[in-house]
Amino acid sequence: MKTTEIAVIGGGPAGLSAAIVASRLGAQVTLIDDNQRPGGQLIKQTHKFFGDKTHYCGTRGIDIAAILANELKLTTTEVVSGTSVIGFYPGSVLALADRKRFFKLSCKSLIVATGAAENNLLFPNNDLPGVYGAGAVQTLVNVYGVRPGKRVLMVGSGNIGLIVSYQLIQAGIRVVAVVEALPRIGGYNVHAAKLARLGIPILTSHTIKSAIGREYVTGAIVCKLDRKFHPVKNSEHRVKVDIICLAVGLTPLTEILWQAGCHMVYIPELGGHVAWHNETMQTNQKNIYVAGDVSGIEEASTAMLEGRLAGASAFEYLRGKSKESRMIINETRTELRAIRQGPFSRRVVRGKKKLAKSLL
Amino acid sequence: MRSTISKKISNRNTRITEHPILRFERKKKVRFFFEGKPLYGYETETIAAALVANGIRVFRHTDKLHRPRGFFCAVGKCSSCLMIVDGKPNTMVCMEPLRPGVKVKRQEGRGKL
Repeated sequence: MKTTEIAVIGGGPAGLSAAIVASRLGAQVTLIDDNQRPGGQLIKQTHKFFGDKTHYCGTRGIDIAAILANELKLTTTEVVSGTSVIGFYPGSVLALADRKRFFKLSCKSLIVATGAAENNLLFPNNDLPGVYGAGAVQTLVNVYGVRPGKRVLMVGSGNIGLIVSYQLIQAGIRVVAVVEALPRIGGYNVHAAKLARLGIPILTSHTIKSAIGREYVTGAIVCKLDRKFHPVKNSEHRVKVDIICLAVGLTPLTEILWQAGCHMVYIPELGGHVAWHNETMQTNQKNIYVAGDVSGIEEASTAMLEGRLAGASAFEYLRGKSKESRMIINETRTELRAIRQGPFSRRVVRGKKKLAKSLL
Repeated sequence: MRSTISKKISNRNTRITEHPILRFERKKKVRFFFEGKPLYGYETETIAAALVANGIRVFRHTDKLHRPRGFFCAVGKCSSCLMIVDGKPNTMVCMEPLRPGVKVKRQEGRGKL
């Protein structure tokens, strides 16, 4: 059986950062990713990142993916791409599967950076072809340059809904409307303003009532919601669209953590069940670490910092503290605190606090 | 022959040719089969992307209610896009790279093992 010191699951911003840090410190690292090329969801993010204290503010996600991939190449990390981790066995043995075979990998420490999956929403015909995750359409359009339709209804005005709407316009798709169940826009004003400037209606207190179509989406019924989120009578109207994008949140991909016996807690602020972890991303299974969306839905900028933390702490767990590892951990914790100061981080900070208390 | 291939691809309005930020590298054209019919895509894309580019939205029908399904997440997580690829059922086409000559079929129900 193949062995490694630190196995990292996931080649997104968190996993790449973790692998880079751990292997630079001197650990033997193996990174497993189910995609063909590294970068995770960064490879479809054409927008520039925000933040004052991060290294990558003002840089597009696609460029950050390339920077991280290049940094990883300069390390000794072994990359196993196009491969899924399908099980965790006692003694920290991972079961892996690629297109042709099953195989095993034994590790001393594990960093889980599996990310998240897009949520669906309950409404009639929500399974029709044409009802897609907003991120899914972003992948198709920005990674492959393929338009899955001409007219889109965006459901959800969080940052993903707003950003993807703008990027679909850039790709030549007409955004008919953005609907938001809450009485206010969920995402940053800058993103909403870009849509407003183009005359795209953002309908707050509105939701999708149903999708229309037999074999695929040909339209949608949109309705108004009252303060208690009940549909307002006679407020339905029909929109002609061939794509319905759902940008209604993400759920952490935690299967491996459940299998590994990590202490799992349901924290709505973090997107669902997450593994308890301390401030250096260590779970109650001492050799298992988490980083990025799997530890609570947040942003790529914080995922990279959490990845760095997890990489350095996993190194310390195996090899003991070094001057460099201490420095990385202290610096990164300060940066994380700083980046979570803003009003949009309140929810996550509240969730992380709840999580910390859950094991007391 | 080559010119007819390029016509077939560029005639569709599904491929983005001009973009303010991105440039799409479409180097190697690939012929593949959907329900026995030859279609064209590019080597760097997934089977799902190539199908959508050819205007195909229904990838399978469900087991009990025979509901049509297409892709949903496009990143290998939701299992909405399971198809029969070279005879192998339950293949997630949103993750499966397009290969020359690959035979793709709509899956009915769970597929036969």
